[in-house]
Amino acid sequence: MSISATYARSQAAPDAGAFTCAACKVTYPLAQVAGNLYVCPGCSHHARIGAHERVRQLADRGTFQEWDAALAGTDRLEFFDTRAYVDRLDEARVRQQLPDAILTGQAALHGHQVGLAAFDFGFMGGSLSTAVGERLARAIEHSADAGLPFVCVTSSGGARMQEGVFSLMQMAKSVAALHRLAEAHLPFISILVDPTMGGSIASFAALGDVILAEPKAMIGFTGARVITQATYEQLPAGFQTSEFHHARGLIDRVVDRRELKAVLAQLLAVLAGPSGEHSQALA
Amino acid sequence: MTLGESEELAPPDDAAAAWAHVEVSRHPDRPYSLDLIARCLDDFIELHGDRQGGDDAAVVIGLARLGGRRLAVVANQKGRTLEERGRRNFGMAHPEGYRKAQRLFALAGRLQLPVVSFIDTPGAYPGVAAEERGQAWAIAQTLEAQLALPTPYLAVVIGEGGSGGALATLLADAVLVLEHAFLSVASPEAAAAILFRDAGQKQHAAAALRLEAANLLEWGIADEIVPEPPGGAHTDWDATAALLRPRLEERLRVITERGFDPARRRERYRRLDGLFEA
Repeated sequence: MSISATYARSQAAPDAGAFTCAACKVTYPLAQVAGNLYVCPGCSHHARIGAHERVRQLADRGTFQEWDAALAGTDRLEFFDTRAYVDRLDEARVRQQLPDAILTGQAALHGHQVGLAAFDFGFMGGSLSTAVGERLARAIEHSADAGLPFVCVTSSGGARMQEGVFSLMQMAKSVAALHRLAEAHLPFISILVDPTMGGSIASFAALGDVILAEPKAMIGFTGARVITQATYEQLPAGFQTSEFHHARGLIDRVVDRRELKAVLAQLLAVLAGPSGEHSQALA
Repeated sequence: MTLGESEELAPPDDAAAAWAHVEVSRHPDRPYSLDLIARCLDDFIELHGDRQGGDDAAVVIGLARLGGRRLAVVANQKGRTLEERGRRNFGMAHPEGYRKAQRLFALAGRLQLPVVSFIDTPGAYPGVAAEERGQAWAIAQTLEAQLALPTPYLAVVIGEGGSGGALATLLADAVLVLEHAFLSVASPEAAAAILFRDAGQKQHAAAALRLEAANLLEWGIADEIVPEPPGGAHTDWDATAALLRPRLEERLRVITERGFDPARRRERYRRLDGLFEA
């Protein structure tokens, strides 16, 4: 049992062998749901999964090699809200088995070598700390240096308040790193999963050459609750879902998790395949 | 969480000092961007529109001179009167405002004009229409445009520097911050709502975020704190501008003369937190 599977299950049901869908409330055997990539067998609700589980679903078996595994951040502001930030970090590190809210490395995806990053929403809401920003930026740069396409699966509430303005600056850091990838003419495929909000969608995650999203993921700059409190506006049906943004030209395709790896492989075959050189394409 | 418990989290004097800083930055008589542009720059002429169907009055763009130098200018703009506050949306831009900034960066690159930005915004507008038209995408693309800008770029935080909306015109070669201005990951009210589940804890959030201008200098996010007249910029706009103008001139001269390279700007923001070995 992976930590990620534990996370997905703990959201849903306390019973060790069962999984109760957060959307339709029907309970299924955990093994059945896990085998269905944590998509509800009944209503197709996509449960949140951790970074380790995401990598397991996308990378060819045994091919994932983690980058910068030892890189962790610090508590620059000595931040204390209702608890010390360092205590929150320690707890999340043990629970999620990650140094911070992102896992990065090189992997094969149906044989295509890629740089792969996966956010972990269970780690302080997948928020952007200096360590998350650094591991993300390095993953982009390692990809550029190795001539690899970069694939990032984002699930993030945005800034990490406990790191204050340093968190804000991770938006700039990630965009600066993406410039390297663009200079190398390598593709960035951005995959938005539930939820992708705030500083994450307002920086690197919105800058994919191709942007995919899982069905019904919540995506937006400001969360619905804050919008309602600030403006008293009525929210339209399906507000801030993947489908909502797709209809407005902001997301290329909404892809079921069970088809995600195949769609990525098809994209990679076109973008990074042997006829990818524009000189040949023009010939 | 009760008020009594949270009062132990940050010493009250710290919280009061941090909050006083925020209140000066938001003082209703504080000079806004156009007030300082009129007093610091010469021959300012405003341009309008994002060339994609909108003209967001929360963002002002234009051309000007400073000393002998030609400039492109982009600024957040708050309103003074009730009517103007509404029209300017309290300095909170919609996607059209960020696309207007992108247009200005493109124009500056084409005409080889240095850019000066004035930052004074509570943040990007948190509304339904803004989300429908791609607020996050507009901000992300503006970050990208700044880091690709092929000309010298100077930013000045003159009041509130709220969140991603402020970052959209902040990623310059040098960043000046007025003495009572601030830059923050979220407004103190929003941070308090997230951290304490109580927007009323804004003073404690302001202290915990350490958002005073002096910290930005210590952390290398700002290059210089520009002093304000005693009591704050609202006491004397002319004196504020007289303190700011020579700093703008000097900083632009230094950026331009040291051999300008946008790759150096990207490296600055890539390494900004200074926590990790290159």
